[in-house]
Amino acid sequence: MENLIEFISNNLQIVYIIILATFVGVELIKSIPAVLHTPLMSGANALSGVVIVGAILVMLHSDPTDYLALLLGFIAVVLGILNVVGGFAVTNRMLEMFKKKK
Amino acid sequence: MSVTLSIIYLIATVTFVFGLKRLGHPDTAKSGNLIAAGGMGLAIVGTIFIHDLEVPTIIYVLIGIAILVGTIIGWLIAMKVEMTKMPELVSLFNGFGGASAALIGIVEFGNTNISATSASVVATILAAIIIGAITFSGSLMAFGKLNGSVKSVIKIPQYNIVNNLFIVSVVALAAYMVAGGIDSSLLLYALLAGGLVYGILFVMPIGGADMPVVISLLNSLTGIAAAITGVLYDNMVMLVGGILVGSAGIILTVAMCVAMNRTLVSVIFGSFTATAGPEGVNKTLGSIKSTTASDTAIMMNYATNVIIVPGYGLAVAQAQHVIHELEELLTGKGVNVKYAIHPVAGRMPGHMNVLLAESNVEYDMLVEMDDINPQFNNADVVLVVGANDVVNPAAHNDPSSPIYGMPILDVENSKHIVVNKRSMNVGYAGIDNELFYNAKTAMLFGDAKKVLTDLVAELKNM
Repeated sequence: MENLIEFISNNLQIVYIIILATFVGVELIKSIPAVLHTPLMSGANALSGVVIVGAILVMLHSDPTDYLALLLGFIAVVLGILNVVGGFAVTNRMLEMFKKKK
Repeated sequence: MSVTLSIIYLIATVTFVFGLKRLGHPDTAKSGNLIAAGGMGLAIVGTIFIHDLEVPTIIYVLIGIAILVGTIIGWLIAMKVEMTKMPELVSLFNGFGGASAALIGIVEFGNTNISATSASVVATILAAIIIGAITFSGSLMAFGKLNGSVKSVIKIPQYNIVNNLFIVSVVALAAYMVAGGIDSSLLLYALLAGGLVYGILFVMPIGGADMPVVISLLNSLTGIAAAITGVLYDNMVMLVGGILVGSAGIILTVAMCVAMNRTLVSVIFGSFTATAGPEGVNKTLGSIKSTTASDTAIMMNYATNVIIVPGYGLAVAQAQHVIHELEELLTGKGVNVKYAIHPVAGRMPGHMNVLLAESNVEYDMLVEMDDINPQFNNADVVLVVGANDVVNPAAHNDPSSPIYGMPILDVENSKHIVVNKRSMNVGYAGIDNELFYNAKTAMLFGDAKKVLTDLVAELKNM
């Protein structure tokens, strides 16, 4: 409990952002029609690939002789960018299909 | 962090919010996706090039190779995947995101002097590893279940207790490491293994009909994993991006639970038990009546309102193109045709809409459950193709049914019902359907694609 209070007081800004971003997320998604649920989910999926930023930071901070860290970072970047590119590309492909034909 | 990079991250964050907002409407969705993708690209490029670190060239080369490899694979998968396989694809990508977060956590654990760092940082690192690992193995498990490689729904007695004890001990181990500032790679790998095993345990017992809920939930978890790594690096774009995905996933999870009248707890703890065997024996539901394609064609030809209820069986039979042909043909004859889409039709939220959109069905012909239900009263013919549980009246009137209370499409209110099925096998939830025995129902047996092709041919001759 003490740790939690310490965490909150040390990271007050982050706590505010988490709470406010949650509200923004809920409000954004709440009214989306079921028609778009699948593209929304794969688009959101692509957004979670933002973790790649962390993976890149890992590699930038790695010592070039620390092979394990480099290898893990490398895999993390590959998986992250796969998630980003694949996610946005497939969402785009799906949304192409939703275009009005008339 | 330089001011320039902070501003880039700020712009990227705004594109995420704006992109998600635009994804909410069919007309703006495509641009929304592209805007968010642009912001992501900006954040990635900015992260690589804007910093004041002394980075040897070899690292840039490695990052470049990693990005190139991932981009090519990701692009190829995205271009080639069949729309019926979307749930598998989303699960797979979810797993990758989770794995990425877990790997970052592992490297940071190695880079951090655990005993000298504040408990909150250690807790953040461990949380990234555990949640990342759960998401990774859980998503792969969901992938396996969706594509049929993992078939069994394993039910060990006291499964929930075992499961819960397991995750509690994983969390307890993490808490012990945080509290003591223990820098042990052995314990770290134990924690990683614990997360991986729990992901499998958690998804394994969940029944097939609950898959849309699981996928939404895992999607949410990936976002949370990304947000936690964002806390670790004090990086706002990761934090906000992750939280947005996390809350979007939760909303969809709740929407799916509501659509099935199940609580999230009952999905995770798997109280959904198929009782097809004894029920089928105990109940005599009456006799069924079968019909032919030509009779059905005649009935539809002279109808004013026809509603089509597509289910996943339609996609399995690859019949979504033929059904569009049928619908166009009927519309050409002056029949008013609509599709009734149940929220959990398909294997993920909104899946059926994508499958029909792929066949060029206009999205305004796809009517959601709450809007179409009152219209069944005026429908002359309802054609049910490859759907079963979502039209099962037991949800309304049989309190002993496992799907009792689930909102369904009220097809029984229409004048005539034609149900296409391959055989009298039970649906995905494994329960019998009294709709098939209704006096207004005629069964049109056969493979969906073949039956619909016959129907189209008959209608063309009229």
